[in-house]
Amino acid sequence: MGMLADMFAGHHKECDDLFAAAEAAAQDGAWDKAAPLWERYAAAMERHLSTEEGVLFPAFEDASGMRGGPTQVMRMEHTQMRGLLQQAGQAVAARDADGFGGACETLNILMQQHNMKEENILYPMCDRAVGSNAALVQQLREKLGK
Amino acid sequence: MIGALSFEQAPPLWVPLRFFLTAPWFLCAAGLLLAVDGAHVVAGGRWGPGAVAAVHLVTAGYMLQVMAGALLQFMPVAAGANVWRPRLTGGVAHAGFTAGGAALVAGFLWVGVPALQAATVLMGGAGAFYVVVLARGLAASPAIGPTLRGLRFAVFGLAVTVALGVALASVFGFGVALPLAELVPVHAAWGLAGWALTLLAAVAWLVVPMFQLTPPYPPRFAFAFPLAVCGVVLGWTAAVFLRTPAVAIAVAAAGTLVVGAFGGATLRLQGQRKRRVTDATLECWRAGMAALCAAAVLFPIPLAVTDAALRGRLEWLAGVLVLGAFVAVIQGMLHKIVPFLVWLHLRSVMAVPPTMQKVLPDARARPQSRLLLASILVLALAAAWPPLAHLGGVLLAVAAAWGGALLVGAARFHHRLAQSPSASPDDTGRSAR
Ligand SMILES: [Fe+2]
Ligand SMILES: [Fe+2]
Repeated sequence: MGMLADMFAGHHKECDDLFAAAEAAAQDGAWDKAAPLWERYAAAMERHLSTEEGVLFPAFEDASGMRGGPTQVMRMEHTQMRGLLQQAGQAVAARDADGFGGACETLNILMQQHNMKEENILYPMCDRAVGSNAALVQQLREKLGK
Repeated sequence: MIGALSFEQAPPLWVPLRFFLTAPWFLCAAGLLLAVDGAHVVAGGRWGPGAVAAVHLVTAGYMLQVMAGALLQFMPVAAGANVWRPRLTGGVAHAGFTAGGAALVAGFLWVGVPALQAATVLMGGAGAFYVVVLARGLAASPAIGPTLRGLRFAVFGLAVTVALGVALASVFGFGVALPLAELVPVHAAWGLAGWALTLLAAVAWLVVPMFQLTPPYPPRFAFAFPLAVCGVVLGWTAAVFLRTPAVAIAVAAAGTLVVGAFGGATLRLQGQRKRRVTDATLECWRAGMAALCAAAVLFPIPLAVTDAALRGRLEWLAGVLVLGAFVAVIQGMLHKIVPFLVWLHLRSVMAVPPTMQKVLPDARARPQSRLLLASILVLALAAAWPPLAHLGGVLLAVAAAWGGALLVGAARFHHRLAQSPSASPDDTGRSAR
């Protein structure tokens, strides 16, 4: 795997772990634990999404000249993910187990199929286009907090 | 090549949905056939017209419909492979597979030569067209990974299956002289392993970790698996045509190891899942993988049994377990895919669409899939006492129709909200669990 694919796929996994922990806490009815776990997860996701949108995608678009294609679809899916993150966050606050479970299930599938497209297709393309740019790689690493 | 990559999230909802809405009625028909004639079908062995018809209702009817529809959805997302004009491709394949599947079964049951001729042309034509469209998309894909590789093997397997099926149907339909006794087991191996199992595995590499957050399959295993399956199927083909029973048994035993490794690996990964939530989909996967492992153990045994009656019973058992494994997993996948697609498409008409659980609550999906699993178990037990096949058939028909009704409900849920997105989801007469 390329450097960027490695770094971003690794961060997907970190986010997955936080997601699973928050979901499990809510399933146990441990809302006192679930709420801060969810907050940590939502913050990690926001960091991930905004690093892609603000740094990785623009660098890829500049290098490849592809503006309307893959990155456009990824940005659209980010918007959808933010909607569900918010929906689930409200359910955590209201201790609404069904609402939270429903939002989590939908978010998980949306997020996983999104990640899979990035990991299998977009990140390898990014690696080919801008993976050798050491300054960019360093900047991305810092923004992801890795 | 990269320029051709649209990265589209999804074709129109109707493209895969028409396949999903049709498929359960083929499964239901298989159940009805067994309900009426079950004990007779078990006793008649795999060459009896009832058994051949029932097998094709499940495979060329149910399984092919769902797999063909799901691939049109799955290819762009999972493999970055664009499907040529998805609406047209979906329409042609759906029409051909539906009419061809019905004609095929009618031909078997009532030994109708014109029906078999029609089936040859329809299944052969739609199959060839569909294979070419998929192969073109897969060839142009810039993606990497074992799923894309698995899909390429699977589509090759489908091409061989369709070609052999056309050859076989031509024997009956057009009186072409071909070696039936050899072609039948080879056609079955390519269809079930070269196509269906290879496709199931390629999908599993992605969805098993994705739904439950399990560790990934070992990359070398995922890489080698389609090759190993292809090797076993080629070995089987050679052993059958060379008429070397000892080699056939050895190849079947190799099949036991390869298939068992897949089933076992999947069960192990699901045991290590990070998400603690369980649902109908997970139950279906686990039951399906257990059935697949049990079937794998049975592969070589009937080949070594000389008593015809006992061999027939063992073949029935192995057949029910193999087909039951696919039917179970497919049902589990439908319970996830369809609500997700409804959510995805509603997302374009409303900001906060109702979540998947509102489209198809687990509390509705679970009893249906449990009844389906029970019907497979009863059909398997009919190997010991054939009259049970009648009961198994009734349960299968009811579970399949129930599954079909749940899908119609999901489609109507989408339709209502897409028409008037301002209506609250609770106005639709459904509530969350
Ligand atoms: Fe992303
Ligand atoms: Fe990402």
